[in-house]
Amino acid sequence: MTAESVTSHMIVRRPARTRSRRQSAGRLLLATATILFGLLVVAQLLNAFGILSIGFSGWPAVYLGYTAWSVVLCLSQVLIRGEEGARALFVLPAILFVVGMVIFPTAFGLVISFTDWNLASTNGWRFNGLDNIREMLSDTFFWGALGNMCYYVAGVLVQYLIAFGLALLLNAEIRARKFFRVAFLLPFMLSPVAVSWMLGKSMMEYRFGPMAALARTLGWEDPAFFVHPMLARVFIAALDAWMWIPFMVILLLAGLQAISKELLDAAKVDGATGWQCLTQITFPLMLPVSFTTIFLRIIFQLKLADIVLTLTAGGPGGATDTVSSFIFREYRDRSNVGYGTLLAQVYLIMIVIFLTLMLKLSKRYIRHTV
Amino acid sequence: MNRSSNHKSMNQAKAVVLRIVIYGILLAWTFICLFPIYWTVTTSVKTANAVTQGLLVPFWDFVPSWNGWRALGLSPENIFAPSAMRETVLLRLTNSVIMSTVAPALAIVLGAPAAYGLTRFEYRWGRFRNNDISFFFVSQLILPPVVLAMPLLVLYQSLNLLDSRLGLILLYTLMVLPIVIWIARDQFASLPNELEQAAMVDGCTSWGAFIRIILPLTTPGLAAAFILSVIMCWNEYFFSALLTRTNAQTLPALVAAQTSSQGIQWWSMAAISTLSVAPLIFVGIFLERYIVRGLTSGALKG
Repeated sequence: MTAESVTSHMIVRRPARTRSRRQSAGRLLLATATILFGLLVVAQLLNAFGILSIGFSGWPAVYLGYTAWSVVLCLSQVLIRGEEGARALFVLPAILFVVGMVIFPTAFGLVISFTDWNLASTNGWRFNGLDNIREMLSDTFFWGALGNMCYYVAGVLVQYLIAFGLALLLNAEIRARKFFRVAFLLPFMLSPVAVSWMLGKSMMEYRFGPMAALARTLGWEDPAFFVHPMLARVFIAALDAWMWIPFMVILLLAGLQAISKELLDAAKVDGATGWQCLTQITFPLMLPVSFTTIFLRIIFQLKLADIVLTLTAGGPGGATDTVSSFIFREYRDRSNVGYGTLLAQVYLIMIVIFLTLMLKLSKRYIRHTV
Repeated sequence: MNRSSNHKSMNQAKAVVLRIVIYGILLAWTFICLFPIYWTVTTSVKTANAVTQGLLVPFWDFVPSWNGWRALGLSPENIFAPSAMRETVLLRLTNSVIMSTVAPALAIVLGAPAAYGLTRFEYRWGRFRNNDISFFFVSQLILPPVVLAMPLLVLYQSLNLLDSRLGLILLYTLMVLPIVIWIARDQFASLPNELEQAAMVDGCTSWGAFIRIILPLTTPGLAAAFILSVIMCWNEYFFSALLTRTNAQTLPALVAAQTSSQGIQWWSMAAISTLSVAPLIFVGIFLERYIVRGLTSGALKG
């Protein structure tokens, strides 16, 4: 960046001697803090494995130590490296925060996923090697939930088609566009838990719900929405679509508005029909935006849990379970910490592989067509 | 002559039909979007009779009553009378408001400088360059909550953060940080470098230039990131249900808990659902511009 060159000569203004004294003070500070923090961690680890009993109960000391060490690290950067350090200060706090909140728990999670830890058992926990993996391989409910995720991810494509249609309509020359845009956005704002009551538990209620009444008028005598496994899955996907189509409409509409009108007008002058304009010009130009939209949507879809947990609790017979909701219930209902954590870690690895593949393949596809 | 006018009128007829179809679909989808909200709000003032008979329009079909709101202790008659349910609901509401304002604010405080640094300076820490650091932040987006759930539960237990507001705030900050950084990066990248260069020549430090010149210019974009984060925090259920019990629980967890216990007492469930969605409906109506800006600026160029 060019800002670099401008600021780099400003550091030179400061006298060299005070800078070096400040530098050594900073180095000393950082070294002391690091050694103290290291000692604290070692003491705590020894304590955790029962070798020494000088540590404090639990981990608060380590976390306080980490916070203090982070502050010293930031300070010493400024002392040691001056303006350069002040620039590091833009990014450093956020990194330290994320490391503290994610990296430690993930590392910790890796350890507990190889234990038989159950919160309900009084025996504490011990490592059980590959038992959890063996259990996972024979757990039909987990694989069932993974299979359900395929349906839900496929549902994203259906949502995309609907959203694309709606975005095209919103992009047409219509009156009251602002009204329609706000109305279309609202479902996205609502909490999934409230939605699962509003739509799932009351509007789709068997006896008095208006959806059930509508279904009866249309000739479905027995409108039990969440009893048959396949139908239950479809209706969960429908609820999810209701909440998330607005998100896709917004992104696709922004993409459509960025397409130049002259191009489409020129095509019309050349005698292209509306359908030809759509398939030959609009759709190919929208490919990158479409891909981003679908990609983001799939990322969110892979976390789907709220409406399943509150509406069907995975039922009937695990037919609507998502991986997230299944693991959540493994924790909450069976207190199975070790096994649940292993499933979560395996799921994370699967997600990373799946998304990387998708990114690679679609990049190649877009490059070939555009 | 006759033929061409015939042709013209046919074209006009076609255009009219097309119009009708377009508005028909738009209105149908509007109905699909708005009816559940209408249903929930009206159900909160229904009596048992109106619920079982499926009556839809207040004042026309049925006489509204404060049934549902009375059950929450929030009807006009008992809103000032202390009751256990009222205290619970108000505490959840307060928690929700605190979490969904403090956490996004914290995320902006951490994320905006990070995004600025990543767009303006070159970092090289070991093997990690700017792109790696950006990826490190944004990749948190794909982390499903379940992966962190259990380790955090155990960790929070030992840190005494279980069922505390601070614990949930820290977690929500983490949750919205990638999105804030993503949107903010886009905002800063769209500003020309010359702005700060001029300021730095005048003797501003990098932080001075950032706070005095860049921040005021990107306030609308950061506001968009903030509002989007508020929506996410307000609606978050997973961690609230897992990590809180009585003190720090938020509205979605209360709604979920009531769903199973209230059964067919729809009026009170509807009232509590209304309470939990109403604030965001207003946000959606009045701040639509910012929400759209936040979603599109982050997603379409990132």
